[in-house]
Amino acid sequence: MEQREGQKITPRRFPGRQFVAGIPALWLTVFFVIPFLVVLKISFSEARLAIPPYAPLISWLHGLPVPQIHLSGYAYLFTDPLYLRSYLYSIMVAAVSTLFCLLIGYPMAYAIARAGDAWRTFLLMLIVLPFWTSFLLRVYAWIGLLQNDGLINNVLLLLGLIHHPITLLQTDFSLYVGIVYSYLPFMILPLYANLEKHDPAFLEAAADLGARPLTAFLRVTLPQSLPGIAAGSLLVFIPVVGEYVIPTLLGRTDQIMIGRMLSDEFFDNRDWPVASGVAVLILLLLVIPIVLLQRVERRQLEAES
Amino acid sequence: MNAQPSMVSDPALPYVRLEAVSKKFGEFLAVDEVSLEIRRGEIFCLLGGSGSGKTTLLRMLAGFETPSAGRIYIDGEDMSAVPPYERPVNMMFQSYALFPHMTVEKNVAFGLEQERLGRPEVRRRVAEILEIVQMSAYTGRRPHQLSGGQRQRVALARALAKRPKLLLLDEPLAALDRKLRERTQFELLNIQERLGVTFIVVTHDQEEAMTLSSRMGVMESGRIAQVGTPAEIYEAPVNRFVADFIGSVNLMEGRVAARGERDLTIRCEPFGCTVRTTRCVECAPGDTVWAAIRPEKIALASEGSPLEASGDNRVRGKVREVAYMGDVSICLVEIDSGKTVRVTLPNRTGLAAQRDLRHASVTLSWDAESLVILTR
Repeated sequence: MEQREGQKITPRRFPGRQFVAGIPALWLTVFFVIPFLVVLKISFSEARLAIPPYAPLISWLHGLPVPQIHLSGYAYLFTDPLYLRSYLYSIMVAAVSTLFCLLIGYPMAYAIARAGDAWRTFLLMLIVLPFWTSFLLRVYAWIGLLQNDGLINNVLLLLGLIHHPITLLQTDFSLYVGIVYSYLPFMILPLYANLEKHDPAFLEAAADLGARPLTAFLRVTLPQSLPGIAAGSLLVFIPVVGEYVIPTLLGRTDQIMIGRMLSDEFFDNRDWPVASGVAVLILLLLVIPIVLLQRVERRQLEAES
Repeated sequence: MNAQPSMVSDPALPYVRLEAVSKKFGEFLAVDEVSLEIRRGEIFCLLGGSGSGKTTLLRMLAGFETPSAGRIYIDGEDMSAVPPYERPVNMMFQSYALFPHMTVEKNVAFGLEQERLGRPEVRRRVAEILEIVQMSAYTGRRPHQLSGGQRQRVALARALAKRPKLLLLDEPLAALDRKLRERTQFELLNIQERLGVTFIVVTHDQEEAMTLSSRMGVMESGRIAQVGTPAEIYEAPVNRFVADFIGSVNLMEGRVAARGERDLTIRCEPFGCTVRTTRCVECAPGDTVWAAIRPEKIALASEGSPLEASGDNRVRGKVREVAYMGDVSICLVEIDSGKTVRVTLPNRTGLAAQRDLRHASVTLSWDAESLVILTR
């Protein structure tokens, strides 16, 4: 068989390219899409005292499939204010934590980006260093610091600043301390990556045109770092909404976050359909910021090209 | 738009004055005791290679670097303690430094907005300056949607929008291609004349400096080697560095043989002849000097022509290479001493009349007044 000239010239696509692109797709299918479909399925069924503890979605009657779709799990979520409060509390905690991470992280990222070459590597290492210790261990350490006979109270008592230990643990305060402490690197690193690319000539140009340092920052540096702010904020906000460990160890006992709610439904109440419904709603809630993140990233790619 | 005449300052006084300005970066002396005066309304070019200190000097004028020693006066005012955002100076950056997140209009308005002018006034002046640089059609574009030449115009407009008395330009044409560069040079001159702004231009391109400047300063390792008009610098360089940096030159070492009333005679071994010049310099018989002659000032005569005779300022040689450049041809002539002399010949005739000079035996000669003697 003879090939025509034109066909010969068209470059054949490197087959490895599809393979390489296929790996993350496969990963997402196996570890995200399929489990999510399982969870979605369970959320539409009914709890049962059995193994597994939920009713099958399809029952067979005279050899014909009959769908058994129950919305009771969702109905429950929307009628009991406990769940709504928990969702709202989670979003508020995530939003406030993100704001604090931004306020603390931005100056740090800025300072690192402006530091000399030798310092920069060292400072970045300091940011990443905590990851070398177990996350759980670090959160436990905060209990040691914050509890009634912990280090902070003891020092304050010793200095005579207080006369009775103040309750720090299991408050909103301890919750925010734990979350901001744990998630700060996720804010700093994308911000640093953004700020580090800024051409110092922009600030010089702004100064040359009569802008004082603060004006130059607000009108030149800040707008250009918006993609970094968005990336860092979403990297903090999204996981904090579903955070389980920190609220459990450091947070309030009278108001639980949605991650804890989910775990309670699964393991304590063994109500898998309700727990799955909670999970599906968390995901729906987070789809909005995730789509936002992708749009920001796409726009940044366009601007850079 | 006219630059307002200043009420306080005397136009006869230098607009910019540098007094023994030095700048050290660690141990490195980037600018070494530079003193300079720049007059109102002139285009002054700082010409030098990379690392010559020209950009550092410009950045000190803008206020981005503080002099390690010396003083800078702009319009009679000491600038030592004045931050960049309060100086009556604007700069056009080599990278243009256009704000990528702002439109052309916003970029140009930025400086005016810092002056707290009313919105209509800002709009009016932005439109006016964009008109001058012929970018009115692109007000809504972002910098990445513009070509290199368009960006250059926006950068110029942004720097001019505040009507500075002094504009600093860092390699303003370096990012443009050759044709565009030539056109833009003349536009720059035009705008400068129209607005009456004093320009200080940093460039490494001698052609650019020659065309643009009313006066220029040639910089060499942190010092100003020579200040003068382009013609002064080209025709009467003060040392070998300047002679060699601007244009091309044939430099030959020699010894002063005799010093007359109006001329000098130099025994020049590399030329293999005695050279005479009417351009007298401070020197005594026996001193080592360098004879410098520009390639276009050398006449080339073929064998047998009446010009061929022996004497001063006259050497024989053989043409080794001819490079045809269109308007001129560059000949490399190996003279009897073995050295190579560069000669530029205008191509006055058409194709048919052109001689093939390659391998021809020739005599080179020049006028006594074209030869420059350098003592350094």
